[in-house]
Amino acid sequence: MEEGSGNRNGTNGATAATGFAQNGLSRRLTDDEFERYSRQMIVPGMGKEGQLRLINSRVLIIGAGGLGCPAAQYIAGAGVGTIGIVDGDVVEVSNLHRQVGHATSRIGMKKVDSLIQHLRGLNDLPAYISHPFHLTPHNAADIISQYDLVMDCTDNPATRYLISDVCVLLCKPLVSAASVQKSGQLIVLNCPPVPQGLVDGKYAPCYRCCFKKPPPPGSMVSCGEAGIMGPVVGMMGVAQAGEAIKILASALHVQSENNESTPERNLLQPTLLIYTYDLESAVGPYSFRALKMGGRRKNCFACGENSTLTLEGIRAGNPNYEQFCSVPTPNHSLPPEERITAAAYHAAKVRGELPEHILIDTREKEHFSFGSIEGAVNVPFGKLLMKAAAIKRDGGSASEILPPEACKPDTPIFVVCRRGLDSQETVEKLKELGLDYGGKRKIMDIKGGMKAWKEEVDPTFPYI
Amino acid sequence: MSDVTDATTVPITVDFSGGLEMLFDNQRRHSVSLPAVDNEGRPATIGFLIDYLCKNLMKDPRVDLFVLDKHIRPGILVLINDADWELEGEEAYEIQPHDNILFVSTLHGG
Ligand SMILES: [Zn+2]
Repeated sequence: MEEGSGNRNGTNGATAATGFAQNGLSRRLTDDEFERYSRQMIVPGMGKEGQLRLINSRVLIIGAGGLGCPAAQYIAGAGVGTIGIVDGDVVEVSNLHRQVGHATSRIGMKKVDSLIQHLRGLNDLPAYISHPFHLTPHNAADIISQYDLVMDCTDNPATRYLISDVCVLLCKPLVSAASVQKSGQLIVLNCPPVPQGLVDGKYAPCYRCCFKKPPPPGSMVSCGEAGIMGPVVGMMGVAQAGEAIKILASALHVQSENNESTPERNLLQPTLLIYTYDLESAVGPYSFRALKMGGRRKNCFACGENSTLTLEGIRAGNPNYEQFCSVPTPNHSLPPEERITAAAYHAAKVRGELPEHILIDTREKEHFSFGSIEGAVNVPFGKLLMKAAAIKRDGGSASEILPPEACKPDTPIFVVCRRGLDSQETVEKLKELGLDYGGKRKIMDIKGGMKAWKEEVDPTFPYI
Repeated sequence: MSDVTDATTVPITVDFSGGLEMLFDNQRRHSVSLPAVDNEGRPATIGFLIDYLCKNLMKDPRVDLFVLDKHIRPGILVLINDADWELEGEEAYEIQPHDNILFVSTLHGG
């Protein structure tokens, strides 16, 4: 991504930017600006001109979380003149290991306000604009139209497609990143931006050109479920800021007046940067990979030649982003006689009314390690499925799937998981394997998992 | 080493990233000796490789997290020697010795 960009901002960039911020580019820096930005201005390729372009730029950061915090810090530090931040959430203590723009003392505050407070402490020269709500199809165009460049620091596919579509229609460059657990991804889209429908040449892709369809919801894990390492998401946010600063300081996103071949002038090889962080091994040759992506796609739903996407349509709910990103998932709902609430299980146990039984906890072992219901045996769901498949495929005794304590065929089995879905599937799997002996053995699901246990039984339980 | 003389298999490396490694024994890199031709004697393609991986390398039964309706599931990018497979002909691309095929699941968190 670095290649070839260094010398682009010289004469090329300067002519490209005429008419864009002419006045701004010829003014003197104030003493404060001069001192504050001196270390970055002397970097070859940056200079006073690059700095003034940053000062004249308006950047929108959507999401003030694990990506948005580190990204915003460097955008503010570098002196981008106007910085808008969109987020509707409030700061929670579980955010702080990675969302470094917030603080323990600001738990409960709107993330946007908390982050802006932090950024002002860092650099009070930029203007900060707070958008303390979530981006929606209804408000997206009004907000995005006020800025020169957009940074997607959000956490869900529906918003990612929405942001990209609006950026295509408003001709805004988009720097997009994502991160979960131990991996991160980064890509620059729509840069330089060209109008929707233009396909007779090599143009930059939009998000849909690269990621045509969202993954089915069941296959996606969020940071809340899968966890997230602070440095991984932080690295992606910082890299996002780096790309945004490069684009703005070098005017890579600006089309010049004589515009025949100009969009191609600044088109770099579209590249998806991926970062993988193994907790088990040191940094290796495949920790970072730069993957070559295609350009604008002729038949792209958003930017392609026959696209019918419009801002009015989006505002009116067409396309429907929520629907596009959610395929109905099989609804596991066992009959009531195979389910028991956490409270009822606890009460029966305390009163000594439960027969001798075995309790299987199907959470991952990391979750299990923080605490479990007394007597529970950990059989992680993935492992259980794998064993079940192996038994079906290769034969063997179905009861091998169970912990040895459960080998007596009349011992009832209770199953609990994190939130109550995997446990129902587990009950079904065990029955499929014939482990209920035609109904002679009871196999029950504890409704709502350990989440319900914390809510109904033990508020001090360390649920993650 | 032996691949020059052994024309019945193609030696390649297959990588998984973005969480897909979970389906393949939690291992990010696999060396695979892929049959050089499919059942009908046609040269091995990416489409053939995907089927081969499901049958031979995947330990996890959740095949639908990798393949849906006989095609790679939405949300997984396929890269042939670090280039998007759309630049190379997608499923029809014929596997060459020492190719690196990367499957990466697109991420949405942040
Ligand atoms: Zn597109």
